[in-house]
Amino acid sequence: MTVLFGIFLLTLLVITAVAIVRTQNLFVAVMLLGIFSLLIALNFFILDAADVALTEAAVGAGISTVLFLGALALTSERERFVTKHRALSVAVVVCATLVVLYATFDKPAFGDPNAPVHQHVAPWYLEYEPEYIDIPNVVTAVLGSFRGYDTLGEVFVVFTAGIGVLFLLSARPGRKTSRRQSENDESAIGLRENLIPRVVARLLVPFILLFGLYVQFHGEYGPGGGFQAGALIAAAFILYALVEGEARTLEVLPRNALIALTAAGALLYGGVGLTGILLGSEFLDYSVLAADPVSGQQMGIILIEAGVGMTVTGVLLLIFHAFAARDQV
Amino acid sequence: MDQGLIHTVLDIISWILLTTGAFFVLVGGVGALRMPNLYTRMHAASVTDTMGAALVLGGIMVQAGLTLATIKLAAILLFLLITSPTSSYALAHAALLAGIKPDAGRAADEEHHE
Repeated sequence: MTVLFGIFLLTLLVITAVAIVRTQNLFVAVMLLGIFSLLIALNFFILDAADVALTEAAVGAGISTVLFLGALALTSERERFVTKHRALSVAVVVCATLVVLYATFDKPAFGDPNAPVHQHVAPWYLEYEPEYIDIPNVVTAVLGSFRGYDTLGEVFVVFTAGIGVLFLLSARPGRKTSRRQSENDESAIGLRENLIPRVVARLLVPFILLFGLYVQFHGEYGPGGGFQAGALIAAAFILYALVEGEARTLEVLPRNALIALTAAGALLYGGVGLTGILLGSEFLDYSVLAADPVSGQQMGIILIEAGVGMTVTGVLLLIFHAFAARDQV
Repeated sequence: MDQGLIHTVLDIISWILLTTGAFFVLVGGVGALRMPNLYTRMHAASVTDTMGAALVLGGIMVQAGLTLATIKLAAILLFLLITSPTSSYALAHAALLAGIKPDAGRAADEEHHE
């Protein structure tokens, strides 16, 4: 049954991918990309990867669609068609497809218990996780503690990406402030004149924020964690910005506060790591944070997940505001 | 009444809900493809969001019984019943602002749109 459903979803995925490549209307392409993300999230879910599915649905289908639309508002809706080098690109794509297809023959069968991924470190994690960390969601334990270095790297990638986008998009800071005033009376109002979306959005924003916090702090027990929660909390603020205008959202959370939040999240993660060294152990070893090593580990994971959530929220909102504040070209 | 019979009755109820829900989803899909212009297509698609989703979720709720899952499903249903009419409204409003007239006699909105 799962295999059938998987094949069905993968077929839809291929159809969506072909449609994305074929359409010349960028607006349609963005919508199809959202559908693509939802389909791949469903795929992750039927493969029992609920944490990844949640991230993909929140970031891929939700936030990145909004960011793409923000970028589209600055450019044209139609793709400029380039006919040069077509034969070359087709040849490259065909070669790459053949290489990938050839590589799939070496992969273990779907669900094979003897596959390297099930034989390498995963059994060790499953066996010793209750002894060392003892939280119900092993995925969070692996991401937060056993592979804490990788997650630290991811947080700094997100952080760096946010800084990069800010550098690229705020190249002309002078004109932005002058435009803010004139914008207030026309487009920046957003959907404020539309009563129904406004009322419903205001009704939903607190619940989205609450759900974001639930996902953040329930990550030890179920699917969730900082990345997903950050995306959800950012989504709540973006929804508010869509109905009430961007300027009013910046009154709630000013740009400086967002920058501070982003930096503080990354610093919190790194700081927890350094505290491990100061208390006489290794970098990112949480066992020394409390008298009992197991509760030290749990405390460390909660702290670093909070750091992840802060950085992701800050970066996503900074990127959104950077797009929304840009002049129309 | 014995336990097995209740199970069978609940199973039958949930399967009736699920299949009628699936039928409405199908009707919505066919309507979205076959209807002549944007507003009628939206009208057809909204059947999926309301009747289809409500019946399918109801069927799953009967399957789940009195558990936490049922409460979560009810929350999803409430969320859908609030958000999907709102998004339909926003879409129709945006279409109206973009200049597509809700003209029942018009066969297709493409020529007007471009």
